[in-house]
Amino acid sequence: MHCLLMGLALILTATLANAGDWRQFRGTAATGIGESGPSASAAGTLEVAWSADLEGRGLSSPIVVGNKVFVSSSGGYRQDRLKVTCFAADSGELLWDRQFRATGRTTTHPKTCVAAATPVSDGERVFALYSSDDLLCVDLDGNLLWTRGLMLDYPNASNSLGMASSPLLVAGTLVVPLESDSQSVAVGIDPATGLTKWSIERPKRANWTSPVILPGKTPDDDLVLLQSSAGLAAVRPGNGEVIWRYTDGASTIPSSVVAGNTVYVPSHGISALQVSPGSANPELLWRVERLAPNTASPVYYGDKLYVLNRANVLLCVDPQTGNTDWQLRLEGPFSASPVAASGHLYFVNEAGLVQVVRLADEGEVVTTVDLGQTVLGTPSVAQQAVFVRSDGKVWKLAGK
Amino acid sequence: MPRWLLCAWSLLLPAQIAAATPAELAATVKAVGKNGEGQVAAIAAAKQLSQGDATTLLPILQAFDGASPLATNWLLGAFEAVADRAIKQGKLPAKEIEAYVVDRQQHATARRVAYEWLLKVDPTAADRLIPGMLLDPSAEFRRDAVARKISEAESLLSDQKTDAALAAYRTALQGAVDDDQVKAIIKPLKELGAEVDLQSHFGFLTKWKLIGPFDNTEMKGFDVAYPPERELRFTAKYPGKDVEVSWIDFETEDDYGKVDLAKALAPHKGAITYAATEFVSDRARSVELRLGTPNAWKLWVNGELAFARDEYHRGTQLDQYRVPVQLRAGGNTILLKICQNEQKEDWAQDWKYQIRVCDSAGAAIPPAKTSAAATRERR
Repeated sequence: MHCLLMGLALILTATLANAGDWRQFRGTAATGIGESGPSASAAGTLEVAWSADLEGRGLSSPIVVGNKVFVSSSGGYRQDRLKVTCFAADSGELLWDRQFRATGRTTTHPKTCVAAATPVSDGERVFALYSSDDLLCVDLDGNLLWTRGLMLDYPNASNSLGMASSPLLVAGTLVVPLESDSQSVAVGIDPATGLTKWSIERPKRANWTSPVILPGKTPDDDLVLLQSSAGLAAVRPGNGEVIWRYTDGASTIPSSVVAGNTVYVPSHGISALQVSPGSANPELLWRVERLAPNTASPVYYGDKLYVLNRANVLLCVDPQTGNTDWQLRLEGPFSASPVAASGHLYFVNEAGLVQVVRLADEGEVVTTVDLGQTVLGTPSVAQQAVFVRSDGKVWKLAGK
Repeated sequence: MPRWLLCAWSLLLPAQIAAATPAELAATVKAVGKNGEGQVAAIAAAKQLSQGDATTLLPILQAFDGASPLATNWLLGAFEAVADRAIKQGKLPAKEIEAYVVDRQQHATARRVAYEWLLKVDPTAADRLIPGMLLDPSAEFRRDAVARKISEAESLLSDQKTDAALAAYRTALQGAVDDDQVKAIIKPLKELGAEVDLQSHFGFLTKWKLIGPFDNTEMKGFDVAYPPERELRFTAKYPGKDVEVSWIDFETEDDYGKVDLAKALAPHKGAITYAATEFVSDRARSVELRLGTPNAWKLWVNGELAFARDEYHRGTQLDQYRVPVQLRAGGNTILLKICQNEQKEDWAQDWKYQIRVCDSAGAAIPPAKTSAAATRERR
């Protein structure tokens, strides 16, 4: 009986830990929604709980697994030092710090850097991708399990402005986008070994978007949506089979967001595509040009679609029609995408000003926190907190 | 590899790995290659290597010899895991690690990583080791040494010891391979009245024969083998994009060796220029050709295609591309194909390149005597 109770406790703990985690770009489900963010009341009193120093540069989001925060960075004069750093989520204590070397090119635009893609975790391992096409896999204690230098296999899968697409873990496959003008592929990697399960050709065009999950009836039926200037491709993650395509073009910077069977694509503004299960043809529900997002990806939250446009105006959009319900001007400019939790959206502008918007009949900025450093990466939501990073610091923001 | 074979191999590996020495484990790790070659065996071997005690640190470091960049990362993972544990146990073999660090014959990255772990137990090592590393094979050690020399020169200058400052800046320049440090040295040197030959310092190739434009409408010329790709006959004339074209001599005076084709020829769009030069090497050797260009390009060395890339106007910077090539003793022909597309944006009008010859640390490799003289010497 004692063993049974212990076992149940372990399962419960793991489940809770999973629910509170933020395991990849825009969260474990890649939707931008945190299941364990600051409470509604804490959102109104948000402040810095702790901060820790980082070395080098980084635009990637922190990811959170249990009580551990993982951050990737790139350093050295040529940004050829690839780092993964781990902090305790509750205290900010540095737990470990590992460095490797770039095997591929590290040229980027000065605004971005080699550590622009957000790492991914399956709860036992952390997978970090860099603009040099290096893919590192470490366990939660920092031990290197495997690595691939994907530029060895795809010598021209690079962008002199820098690569930034984040990998995505879906249905047991790590999907790694390596898209550029010169050589362009998406690769399905076995998380256990780093071996390639499949690779498919992609449009030869620079691309900084990240893939998202189109949920199926079961997790094994999930599809991965790869976005590019050509549009969308829905791909079976287990074998790379393309199930359907949307070919009316799409943005190469802000990524899509999925809600149920509807995909909101940054295409001609925003285009809402309904995908019926088993169908090979997405149906266009509506399209609104004026909803064009700038750099930030849209968020679907609480039955509304939220888009941050080029004028730094937050638009609350009726997802059935594309009509704007209300709008709120924020203080920009923004590179980071917003994230959502407990009835609030969290924005960080490039100057490091965190703006917390309460979502009701109208939006209202209820709290701001000035981090005082350039922030270009999207925040993360976990452990009843918001985690933000700049080049030189990572912060945990929580209610008082 | 079939899944069943992979599974079988995975079952047999642990027993083999458990019996192996650090050198054998490292050899397995170093066998990793393209497309995941050697991956499964490396996972098991690296795990075993990472679990070693402090006595395995030196064998791991020694195993870096001959490691590919990919294998280097695998070995780094193992080294850092063992070193981390050794430090926590107070068992890092500092003396042996220092001996490895100062041995310039050893792997540059491994030496640097070892040095950084040495600093964790002996911070004084920096003052002891770095000043002697101005001409080190490792760019990172050179950088630290140059930084110290620059600081020394700045102090001397502020104390108005001009001659000593000049000497210190000149010494710093000898070791500087990074552009930011070179710039930090050049400015005061020039203010002190010293002449600096940046082209030679970096090893830029500056004397060229150019021919063009050939057609690159819709970027299709990238894959067309125009006559210079088949023969280098500098008296020849060929049909070009619009008119007949012939080779011209061009020498750039730009400090950074930039050849502006829009000025050297004309600002053609949808066009290709070939640029040829000869580099005389004192011996057969491996070098890096470091190229910077916003245009699509191909590079041949002695008639062999070294690399090609069809990317347009995504920025350019010094050392944007590092192409390892093998030079032979004597004359080596270097041929570039620089392609301009038809974009109309202001930022898409550059048609230019710069290329230099250096070692893996970024230090210039100067040309030897002329090929004729070198040929006489070989006879």
